[in-house]
Amino acid sequence: MTGTTQPVPPVIEASGLASGYGGKIVWSGADFSVGAGEFLTVLGPNGAGKSTLLRMVLGLLAPAHGTLRVFGGPPERGNPGIGYVPQRRALDPDLSISAEDIVGLGVDGHRWGVRLSPRAGRQRREAVAEALAAVGADGYARRAVGRLSGGEQQRLQLAQALVTHPRLLLLDEPLASLDLRSQQEVSQLVADLRAEQGFAVVLVTHDVNPLLPVTDRVMYIAGGRVSIGTPDEVITSENLSRLYQAEVEVITDSRGRVFVVGLEAEAAHPHSPVTPAGAQS
Amino acid sequence: MISTGMITTLAAQVPGFTPGPGWNLIADVQDMLSFAFMRNAFAAGTASAIVAGLIGYFVVLRQSSFAAHAISHIGFAGAAGAVLLGFSPVLGVAVLSLAASGAMGVLGKRLRGRDVVIGLVMAASLGLGYLFISLYTGNAQNAYSILFGQIFGITTGAVLITIGTSVLVLAVLTAIFRPLLFASLDEEVAQARGIRVGAIAIGFMLLMALAVSEAVQVSGVLLIFALLVAPGAIAERVARRPGAALAISGGLAVLITWVSLALAYYTPYPVSFYVTSLAFVGYLAARGWTAWAGRAGQARRLAPPWRGHRDADAAVGAAETVTVRT
Repeated sequence: MTGTTQPVPPVIEASGLASGYGGKIVWSGADFSVGAGEFLTVLGPNGAGKSTLLRMVLGLLAPAHGTLRVFGGPPERGNPGIGYVPQRRALDPDLSISAEDIVGLGVDGHRWGVRLSPRAGRQRREAVAEALAAVGADGYARRAVGRLSGGEQQRLQLAQALVTHPRLLLLDEPLASLDLRSQQEVSQLVADLRAEQGFAVVLVTHDVNPLLPVTDRVMYIAGGRVSIGTPDEVITSENLSRLYQAEVEVITDSRGRVFVVGLEAEAAHPHSPVTPAGAQS
Repeated sequence: MISTGMITTLAAQVPGFTPGPGWNLIADVQDMLSFAFMRNAFAAGTASAIVAGLIGYFVVLRQSSFAAHAISHIGFAGAAGAVLLGFSPVLGVAVLSLAASGAMGVLGKRLRGRDVVIGLVMAASLGLGYLFISLYTGNAQNAYSILFGQIFGITTGAVLITIGTSVLVLAVLTAIFRPLLFASLDEEVAQARGIRVGAIAIGFMLLMALAVSEAVQVSGVLLIFALLVAPGAIAERVARRPGAALAISGGLAVLITWVSLALAYYTPYPVSFYVTSLAFVGYLAARGWTAWAGRAGQARRLAPPWRGHRDADAAVGAAETVTVRT
């Protein structure tokens, strides 16, 4: 699935890429490419610059150094080939707009004016229904979004991003504030949709464990450096110690879950000396 | 332009005027509309109510009702200054609220969570407006007309300007409808989809300033919240589709204005009192209705079939929505 034999250009191609703003470099020296249909999980502590990678791919932030190409061209705002699910925020619980209309924004929400043609309306309804069914949200298509649970709202975001059949799906912390079971469900849902529709995925997360069964490669951003490869290559004591410039140890439990130990000084939660791989700062 | 002799009740305003409603609605309406000042009030009131209702829905969606409130108060300084200089107070409101809206739009996200700053600018503007009024040697009643509205004194020229402004606002709103809705509901995705959310925000703030300037004539600076925010807040609670929400919001604003004008015609009490009271009662009714409909829905539907334990607490909320269809 690494896409090295694809005839089409890589979905994302970076060389000597550095991220930063206001003259300050957050990370640098990233050389990588993401192939068509590939699943890349981006890990790292808070503030390491994971989300800025997504912003650069979306064309909302220019690279500080190096080159970045998306679908073989420069990143551009409003690229129709990209679906984007930002970090979830709480919706106003009084908001009564239907789930369908939220997903429908993904179809024609960026167009000027109002929708007048009945044909466009029909096509929009069909596209929305298809996207809702794909993410398993057709059961609450007509409900008020403000009253849906966090997990349900997230499926709608996913449907909204997929309604235009993108070639690249960007997800920012889709597993944050979900319980373990829902984390596994969402990870599996994204993996299944990718298998069906063939888009590439770049997913930013704190905890790699729910994604280990589905991701092709991981990118670890820490200490201003970037490391990319298979989980076995990247999440090692030696490699992470090099990134953090500190002695850290990666341990694997009996179920294959990985944990990074030795980041107590940096940990946001000082009472939990063992943190899931990628989840600290 | 607002008449300088500001008098809040019609009985005092029109000599020999002793209105009383009959039992024939059509005859009553004909009676009301036989007066030019009532025709003007209905025309200007309707034009500004439509705009207030439609803009108000987006004000609620964008959670910028405090900004709307602040802009109207900043506009008060403009109104008082204009009276002092011999211009129309509504023109003063328009100039200063457009300037304040533009500034807020440009500052955009940097103002988020800065309610203290907005509040202080608002208080300073009210103070400045009060100074202008105390410097003004003419009829002090003018101050009340700015603060509480004076739709019955509106001139035919001002009616035409109000209608023209409404047409302009509606045209721009129609042009930016979809990107504005997208940016109001999901700014980050809208931006990623190529919408210039900053420009949309500035454009919307300017439309809001025009809506405020119009609505000030009906409800006054102090009571503008009623006409601008209440119909939008009701629509947000009850409407499923954005189109329906706009229809409800605009329709309610017009209905509130019409009923208030009629009540003020037949009673000795001011229009803006009825506007605020009807808006408040309407909002309470909408809350009561959604809560009642929620309980009814909950009784029929105990658990959502599509999810397990995690959504158990949300099931109550999800079930609430079942019966609230528009």
